[in-house]
Amino acid sequence: MRVQLSVNGEKHEADVEPRLLLVHLLRENLRLTGTHIGCDTSHCGACTVLMDGRPVKSCTVFAVQANGRQLMTVEGLEQDDKLHPLQESFMSQHGLQCGYCTPGMLMTGYAFLQKNPKPTEDDIRAAISGNLCRCTGYVNIVKAVQHAAATLAGGA
Amino acid sequence: MEPRTSPEVGGMGHSLKRKEDPRFIRGKGTYVDDVQLPGMLYLDIVRSPYAHAKIVKIDSSKALAVPGVLAVITGQDLARYNLHWMPTLMSDTQMVLPVEKVMYQAQEVAAVLATSRYAAADGAAAVQVEYDPLPVVVDPHKALEPGAPVLRTDKKDKKDNHIWHWEWGDRAATEREFAGADVKVKQDIYIPRIHVASIETCGCIAHFDKVNDKLTVWMTTQAPHAIRTVFALVAGHVGLAEHKIRIISPDIGGGFGGKVPVYPGYVIAVAASVLTGKPVKWIEDRMENLQADSFARDYHITAELAAKRDGTLTALRIKTLADHGYADAAANPSKFPAGLFHVCTGSYDLKAAHVEVDGAYTNKPPGGIAYRCSFRVTEAVHTIERMADLMAHELGMDPAEFRMKNFVKPEQFPYKSALGWEYDSGNYHGALRKAMDTIGYAELRREQADKRARGQLMGIGISSFTEIVGAGPSKHFDILGLKMFDSCEMRIHPTGKAIARFGTKSQGQGHETTYAQILAEELGIPAKDIQVEEGDTDTAPYGLGTYASRSTPVAGAAAAVAARKIRDKARKIAAHLLEVAEEDLEWEPGKFSVKGAPGKSKTIQDIAFAAYTNHPQGMEAGLEAVSYYDPPNLTYPFGSYICVVDIDTGTGEVKVRRFVAIDDCGNIINPMIVQGQVHGGLTMGLAPALYEEISYDENGNVQGGSFIDYLLPTAVETPKWETGHTVTPSPHHPLGAKGVGESATVGAPAAIANAVVDAMWHLGVRHVDIPITPAKVWKLLRQHGVTD
Repeated sequence: MRVQLSVNGEKHEADVEPRLLLVHLLRENLRLTGTHIGCDTSHCGACTVLMDGRPVKSCTVFAVQANGRQLMTVEGLEQDDKLHPLQESFMSQHGLQCGYCTPGMLMTGYAFLQKNPKPTEDDIRAAISGNLCRCTGYVNIVKAVQHAAATLAGGA
Repeated sequence: MEPRTSPEVGGMGHSLKRKEDPRFIRGKGTYVDDVQLPGMLYLDIVRSPYAHAKIVKIDSSKALAVPGVLAVITGQDLARYNLHWMPTLMSDTQMVLPVEKVMYQAQEVAAVLATSRYAAADGAAAVQVEYDPLPVVVDPHKALEPGAPVLRTDKKDKKDNHIWHWEWGDRAATEREFAGADVKVKQDIYIPRIHVASIETCGCIAHFDKVNDKLTVWMTTQAPHAIRTVFALVAGHVGLAEHKIRIISPDIGGGFGGKVPVYPGYVIAVAASVLTGKPVKWIEDRMENLQADSFARDYHITAELAAKRDGTLTALRIKTLADHGYADAAANPSKFPAGLFHVCTGSYDLKAAHVEVDGAYTNKPPGGIAYRCSFRVTEAVHTIERMADLMAHELGMDPAEFRMKNFVKPEQFPYKSALGWEYDSGNYHGALRKAMDTIGYAELRREQADKRARGQLMGIGISSFTEIVGAGPSKHFDILGLKMFDSCEMRIHPTGKAIARFGTKSQGQGHETTYAQILAEELGIPAKDIQVEEGDTDTAPYGLGTYASRSTPVAGAAAAVAARKIRDKARKIAAHLLEVAEEDLEWEPGKFSVKGAPGKSKTIQDIAFAAYTNHPQGMEAGLEAVSYYDPPNLTYPFGSYICVVDIDTGTGEVKVRRFVAIDDCGNIINPMIVQGQVHGGLTMGLAPALYEEISYDENGNVQGGSFIDYLLPTAVETPKWETGHTVTPSPHHPLGAKGVGESATVGAPAAIANAVVDAMWHLGVRHVDIPITPAKVWKLLRQHGVTD
């Protein structure tokens, strides 16, 4: 089947099997390997990307379901060689260790802050509860999202 | 400790931002599955639905008819090359692919090679296997009963399921202490089978280049050099020589011990690439990862502790049955089949102790690796810390006061434990006192009494652990004969920038940053000017890898020693440049100055340039060094954790309200990274304490084989950890450091379990095994008369 989609502002077309998973289209056809695979059951969130601005787990979305959609992956966060404040905050707050869950966390965090620019700690914890991290214990990820919220609000 | 270097240099004690982060936050890391080679083939694995069954027939015809499928590989195919069995790290054997029978559910039965990931999966689904089920042995106690079906029928002389018996300590002295003891407590403790479940699963790409006769394997491994040697030893007979094998461990998405062993999938991928001459990728999925990769723990323990009436501990006695699955594929130093379990006297000054462990075969996956801990240290710590609490409560003493009374005292270090270890340094009283002050211990006890009067259940649990890490001294520590040293090779370029390579392999610990900080500390070269590399066996010096918290104690020490060798040569060059004797020079980080004439000096950068442009006649040019560091002793990080829980009497749910962790890992390289390691370790302590277990039904069906029912804590369940530290340097480590990556995993479960029992002690509850699920607590409450 033919799919047309926009990824990080670039238009792509591909002929795909109907069963091809979106995560494989992104990783293997488009070579955007920042989106990771960590489970088969939509629990870990390492594959989270944005589809029309909404976070989806791309291991549980068919590529054909993305036809005509606007997608954003971790590779799209940096604009004009400038990191997004959330990326800066993950570095400054030590919100990552092995880096494997990080792209999914960033995409979930990015979509969350657009909806909720002034979150409480509990809001953030609930928002990232679909993304598993085995290294950080979440404390510094929460801090990074708070820090980014403050930066985006002009407070830091 | 105040940093000795400026923030620009970024030596020890600076919270430097990590060098690895810029690629990770852009999605530009390179993990194994990100590597895609031209013409690459894909491997998928057919797995057994039975826990124990004869293989009657494997029919590949339908699979071979699937478009894109090139081959179906069976045990018979590998048997032609004698590759159907492989040795484990504990000198047992395990199957790569079976010829006669399968021994656990999800065991590899056949492999399908295809041109795409999807075709390989289709092929695997189309392979038809006929099985003849055999009796299943799940319980290790039953496995050792007379008449139990013998599982390892491949071993000619094996007449039972007993693997080994191991014991340590003075049995007679321990018996004497128990005979004369005023108070004794005894408890069965089960520490269940769990899985590290790193978010990246395991996998590899094997590429055999027929023209150059060279095998390159990109692989999720924590120990690339040892893997290369194992491959050369196991496959030497089919022509793989060690200089023609290159193992590349790229970015690794978490390891925690699960990426130490060699899994059958790796071996099949290598065999498939050697036979086809094409790159072959094998990436396991999450269910394969949880159901077939090495498990951790699974220790059935009976522990006894003896004390005098005044609360002085005297002796410890432990008997343990270790369920190893169908093969002993633990990753322990060779001499220690139960790992370092005999650090089980913990932080206490005991007169005598004795420990014995028996290994048993069952129809479960092989393993016995660590779950983010040094070899079996969590099992040891959990046992002694649960027993200490039990004894304190039995004596009617406060658990904190009881610990303070029995701790090894600061002036006793270096301390020889009742089981023979020489603890390097410690201040156990200091760490516990700090934890008590931080959390407000006395006030919490008052609150608990008030709540108890109102029928509310609140518990306070302490764990004062001592770890044993940094394996290890070559006299006693090897894996398959390879001594457990580690290495650093450093080269300074003419313009004063440098590269350093190591035998370890970071999986998120931040080695690119912390090793650069150690070298910056020793040489004054800014950490940002030092490139750190690991994980490529063609370039890095030989080392045993990263696990058991050994990177800082062993490779970190190698970094310091290599840098000091370079400094020795730099001193000679500086003396030449300044035209003074070496003894007339003094060093401060970054430069040599003439004593009494501080204006006359040469920076390390000046010296590096001279090493290539103006070195003394008779001296070799260049500025580089290598160190293979053989540690004189292990290191003994420690800490005290205090946990407060509230229990919902209606549902049995345990809520961790507060958790204070005071760690002592000696001198600190990067405080930010140390704190991050403790946060992560605590969460991997919480996980098995409350959520994680892989169990089996009586037919050997795995329960907990996907993230649907193997519960990793999310941000919602994870408490806001409160951390702090004391600093007691290791006297034998060149930097006074000890290692920290696993302390919290080791120490946390006992604090949580102790808090839960503490909450219910007055009801008559004496123990609860982890994971402490709401169902277990609910049942205990009902058994002890709490009905609402």
